[in-house]
Amino acid sequence: MDFRINFGDWIESGLTWVEDNLDWLFDFLKVLYQALYDGIDWVFTTPSAVVVIVVVALLAYLARGWKFGLGTALGLLFIVGVNQWDNAMNSLSLVIVSALFAIIISVPLGIWAARNSTVSTIVKPIMDFLQTMPAFVYLIPAIALFRIGVPPGIFATILFALAPGVRLTELGIRGVDKEVVEAGQAFGASPSRILRQIQLPLAMPSIMAGINQIIMLSLSMVVIAGLVGAGGLGGDVTKSLSALDTSLGVEAGMAVVILAIILDRFTGSFGNKRIKSLMARWFSRLPGGGAAPGDSTAGKTTDQIRTENRAVKQAGLAG
Amino acid sequence: MTDTIALKAEGLFKVFGKHADTAVRKLRSGTARDALPGGATAAVIDASFEVKAGEIFVVMGLSGSGKSTLIRMLNGLHEVTAGTVTIGDDDQVTGASVKELRDIRRKRMSMVFQHFALLPHRTVIDNVAYGLEIQGMPRAEREAKALEITQVVGLAGWEDKHPSELSGGMQQRVGLARALAADTPILLMDEAFSALDPLIRREMQEQLLELQSTLGKTIIFITHDLNEAMFLGDRIAVMRDGRIVQIGTPEEILTDPANDYVEQFVQDVDRTRVLTAESVMRKPRAVVHPSAGPHGALRTMRDEQLSAVYVVNRNRTLVGWVTDREAIDLVRKGETDLASIIRTDHGAVLQSTFLSELFIPAIESELPLGVIDDKDRLVGVVPRVTLLAALGGTSGAEAQEGPRLDPLPTEEVDEALDAAVETGSIESLEGK
Repeated sequence: MDFRINFGDWIESGLTWVEDNLDWLFDFLKVLYQALYDGIDWVFTTPSAVVVIVVVALLAYLARGWKFGLGTALGLLFIVGVNQWDNAMNSLSLVIVSALFAIIISVPLGIWAARNSTVSTIVKPIMDFLQTMPAFVYLIPAIALFRIGVPPGIFATILFALAPGVRLTELGIRGVDKEVVEAGQAFGASPSRILRQIQLPLAMPSIMAGINQIIMLSLSMVVIAGLVGAGGLGGDVTKSLSALDTSLGVEAGMAVVILAIILDRFTGSFGNKRIKSLMARWFSRLPGGGAAPGDSTAGKTTDQIRTENRAVKQAGLAG
Repeated sequence: MTDTIALKAEGLFKVFGKHADTAVRKLRSGTARDALPGGATAAVIDASFEVKAGEIFVVMGLSGSGKSTLIRMLNGLHEVTAGTVTIGDDDQVTGASVKELRDIRRKRMSMVFQHFALLPHRTVIDNVAYGLEIQGMPRAEREAKALEITQVVGLAGWEDKHPSELSGGMQQRVGLARALAADTPILLMDEAFSALDPLIRREMQEQLLELQSTLGKTIIFITHDLNEAMFLGDRIAVMRDGRIVQIGTPEEILTDPANDYVEQFVQDVDRTRVLTAESVMRKPRAVVHPSAGPHGALRTMRDEQLSAVYVVNRNRTLVGWVTDREAIDLVRKGETDLASIIRTDHGAVLQSTFLSELFIPAIESELPLGVIDDKDRLVGVVPRVTLLAALGGTSGAEAQEGPRLDPLPTEEVDEALDAAVETGSIESLEGK
């Protein structure tokens, strides 16, 4: 007897069914992704590189101080120097669009999972699946659904980057001191108020770490997405691989590294004191604005958060 | 304190795990807690009690005795498995809808937590105002009220700090202020002072009693510390393994423990901080009225073999005390007014004074220490022997105190009195 589970065939026929019946959805997504990507890319590529560098360096200075500002400026100048500026901006736009979608999906899903054990039980294996499936595999259905170009890249990136957002959001909310939540209940607060005023603010460091991870994973996936014609730095990396062009590969690769570091430091600073006080000032101008979220990260460095984050990720996989 | 019932719990059960209802039925029919089928853990078993308006009701038990679960059933944080909780006349906590329950928690009872449970991202003032915010009070109004309460608990000047900038004791003051600001008649305090250092704890206990004397809340206080229970509680419920084993005043628990467990428990209690002068005092052996004159006083002292005696008015208010030596001098001089030798430094204590505060006055007093009520009436005396006996846990009723100063020899007194009769200042003894 020939033992063979035709798992791949089943998935493929399922996918064909999706293609035939849900093509309106994917057409819509395709247009949406493309439009967002074009919009953001326009913002980064229309002004001259110098203007973008000055603005980004200034933001970096506000976020973390002059060292980060200077480093950002030098890093971006290097990218211009190795002639990867346009590619880098394309990739950055792709990361921003993908991360945005991943955050919009994963944070509410994480909140839901934290509040409902059934949802948590269902979501957990799905997240394990999404996170461990080799990244390249996502590209195949993505091409089938979106054809070549930027949209399949964005689609595959979203799938790949979802998991840490969901996990760390759930973990953060579940990790909020039980007694503080009880205090909210004991004074008669509604569940939505407890979520808004207690759970989300206290889980903010963890949620921010999740968002940081989403962005990092998006960046790594964006390079792989070069294989399906998403362009950007990934396009050049792919090209150098097929042409065995070391110098091009290293230059594009360095640009990825620089982008990654800048993005990581930016998102890692969301919870720190500097941003907090900036946000508090901004919040206080809004009617009914309370304290800025994420106060409790004060004094915690990005590295600490990332170490915790890594531990969480490993624990999640092991589980 | 009045006799109005503020909160009533009847037959409360809390069983965690599967088959909770079956477990309750089994427990009711006498199955032991340990003998329940697997998967069911009984945290609270058949707890019933009434809390009077304005009293501090302490639930005391070791960890795992179910006291924290019990308090959480009172405001519905834990759903009861069986039994009812009633607030006031007929407002049921058990069986209330989600909305009704929220309403009860907003307006009827607030809570203070063991680890403070403050919102770390909010300032002190915003934490204190939290309950009011949930009640829907406008910002300006609730901040004014929160400011007032913050001052009451002694945190003036700290309003804009974050909880992490405060010491443990101060954080719990914020927790207390938050509960007080909500202005609910009932206050639930779950091991509220257990996480604090001993000195701070004592300070907080005293502050709570002081606040309570002006606010008159109904307080249900959970603790594992018997000394704390004795110090704070008007009445105490002792819990063991999920059951309430005794409910009574601190004195009842101490002097009349319901079983060996409670008795063992109260062994370590500092009795001097629980028992009061009233609980150990004896009837004075003799008193004299000012109108009795030196002769009457001297005669009383001779009859009772005393060297000194308290002087009280007809309505029993304490005037002072006289010694036999001074009385005999007056008799010899032929004076008939006792007033000149009445000493007013009697050092009598109020009947509510704790034993711990009786030692020094007892040493300093020439007589067994006088005990007066709030109308200055002499209601009893505490001989030093009685005080010592009370410390040892015996009633001390048998203990007799010898006089501190030997009374004058009877012959000498008789001689003086006889001499007085001859001079005509009093009638003959024999004629009486």
